[in-house]
Amino acid sequence: MQTRLLTALLLGSTVLGSAGAAFAQDKTLTIESWRNDDLAIWQEKLIPAFEKANPGIKVVFAPSAPTEYNAALNAKLDAGSAGDLITCRPFDASLDLYTKGHLADLTSLPGMENFSDVAKSAWQTDDGKATFCVPMASVIHGFIYNKEAFDKLGITPPATEADFFAALDKIKADGTYIPMAMGTKDLWEAATMGYQNIGPNYWKGEEGRVALIKGEQKLTDPQWVEPYATLAKWKDYLGDGFEAQTYPDSQNLFTLGRAAIYPAGSWEISGFNTQAQFKMGAFAPPVKNAGDTCYISDHTDIAVGLNAKSPNADAAKTFLSWVASPEFATIYANALPGFFSLNNAPVKMEDPLAQEFVSWRDKCKPTIRSTYQILSRGTPNLENETWVESANVINGTDTPQVAGEKLQKGLDAWYKPAK
Amino acid sequence: MSLDDQPIKRPFRWHIVVFLAPAFFVYTAFMIVPLFGTLQLSLFRRVDQQSVYVGLDNFRMLFGDPRWSVNFWNALWNNVWFFIIHMLVQNPIGVLLAALLSSPKLRFRAFYRTAIFIPTILSFVIVGFVWKLILSPLWGVAPNLLDLVGLKSLFTPWLGKEEYALTTLSLISVWQFVGIPMMLIYAALLSIPDEVIEAAECDGITGLSQFWKIKLPLILPSIGIISILTFVGNFNAFDLIYTAQGALAGPNFSTDILGTFLYRAFFGFQLQLGDPNMGAAIATMMFFIILAGVCVYLFTIQTRLRRYQF
Repeated sequence: MQTRLLTALLLGSTVLGSAGAAFAQDKTLTIESWRNDDLAIWQEKLIPAFEKANPGIKVVFAPSAPTEYNAALNAKLDAGSAGDLITCRPFDASLDLYTKGHLADLTSLPGMENFSDVAKSAWQTDDGKATFCVPMASVIHGFIYNKEAFDKLGITPPATEADFFAALDKIKADGTYIPMAMGTKDLWEAATMGYQNIGPNYWKGEEGRVALIKGEQKLTDPQWVEPYATLAKWKDYLGDGFEAQTYPDSQNLFTLGRAAIYPAGSWEISGFNTQAQFKMGAFAPPVKNAGDTCYISDHTDIAVGLNAKSPNADAAKTFLSWVASPEFATIYANALPGFFSLNNAPVKMEDPLAQEFVSWRDKCKPTIRSTYQILSRGTPNLENETWVESANVINGTDTPQVAGEKLQKGLDAWYKPAK
Repeated sequence: MSLDDQPIKRPFRWHIVVFLAPAFFVYTAFMIVPLFGTLQLSLFRRVDQQSVYVGLDNFRMLFGDPRWSVNFWNALWNNVWFFIIHMLVQNPIGVLLAALLSSPKLRFRAFYRTAIFIPTILSFVIVGFVWKLILSPLWGVAPNLLDLVGLKSLFTPWLGKEEYALTTLSLISVWQFVGIPMMLIYAALLSIPDEVIEAAECDGITGLSQFWKIKLPLILPSIGIISILTFVGNFNAFDLIYTAQGALAGPNFSTDILGTFLYRAFFGFQLQLGDPNMGAAIATMMFFIILAGVCVYLFTIQTRLRRYQF
């Protein structure tokens, strides 16, 4: 009953919402998005820049809550009341919209040539023939640290795993700071900021990820289990009661200066810049031995596509070509430090923390999160299971081996890799 | 000539139909049609963008395929535990509070009544959020309060521990809803006529034994109603778990109840795409579980309850 009520309410609100827009004289484009944090940036920077260059087209940014976005968007698309432009989640959520005919094919859109194949991979059909969203940004994983704490304790950003744990031991022995701000209550912190953050160094980025999809490697192989063994060691360095510590709790612990290291995604940068009163630095996930090739998770995260049933398709395509332009990339990357442009054109960024993150692209090999492409299509869902198991490993509920076995068993239940 | 021979011809009473119609149509449109829509949806499956009739195959998958059945049985058992806690804690406390409230010596009765009832009208979101904060190991008042009485060692991050999380959430829900059994029992206690009580007193039955022997049997029908309301409410529950623990009902699915399981299946979660047909199958099972529970109550318990007419 609750679900029905929710759907009815959503439908009701969209009908009312779009009724208002229909009376505007210019062509009005509505953008559906889950990035409600970005509302100000769209309204104050991006949309004025576009409207100035393209008179006669008005753009409205209409975000909804991140956790409700997928469900709300699907309901709106089915009812035919969704906006003209759809912000695309990476991989299957958007692919599903494309195969259902909700998203238009943008392969030949002017501006698409500005993106590499890797950048487009998250919004293409499996054979790579059709692209249906214009890539906007990726996020990079790493660790953000409290520079003042590091200076006080005489620690330098660790490059190897041994250094990393030595630093954690030192912070713990000193006792002023909680060594690491992370909790397992919301599960995804453990998986995204933990497993997917440090993992690429073990499974060698793309090499391991592609081998997993091809079925040549298994989640029970050492390179997939070892990151869990390392995660299990984190337990001793987390704050008291980390089992009930939520994601906002971790953010606050770090920005209040109570914790020294924060396993991060680059999307935190703008929030941390306004919240934290101390200097911050960042280091890439430490490698096992000095001199090893480093791998980072440079995850394609956000793109924008065209609603196939949009009445303003031409205006929307003008907008999308603008999104594919270096001009948009520059405004976006600077307005939202931490969301790195996927555009081939080099983008100059002002924020030092963002510069640090993006500098890893030059020395490390990038990959995307291992569970996102193809592998989370079935039941049980590998991404969800990874959340649960990562938290279990840190909580001590499961050993790393058991976690790997459970995940592989779940994957085997439905996934038959093409040989 | 007498009128008695002729059958009295009453005009058809249209006003009854007219007055019933709005309720009938609203109820049909918003309850009956969606209910059958759900039942129907659970018999189909999407194959290549087409809805295909698959009979009971979705249910076979739900019970027979370990990918679904493990989660289903886990959610069902958690839901049963959720219900057991409510029956063992919420309803006895509700009866106790009502008995205390109806005691003639009690002062500030209206205040207590209101204060205990207020959480019931709060939104789940507020309750979930407030309790998450209270129990937070970082900023919560619970660790400090325990520290004040020297029991800090008893504190653990309850909502994050697999073995405590569900019980903790059940108790939060009990805290929120204890006002409802209290009010219903209180009303039932007030409706016991004074003559019965006086007669009992003449026979020398006072105090506690008066409660056990006279009042409790008289309020049993109300307790029955409360039990069935609790049952229906618990097996439909979703909001509190969702606001406090999220849709994955962590840690390790230990707080996953049928409502959250349904939500994940129907709407999907993160990379998991929604599957309305499996969702409908779960919703159908919830419907049948509740239906079965209500039938057991109606046909076995309620018929045996004795009603006293005064």
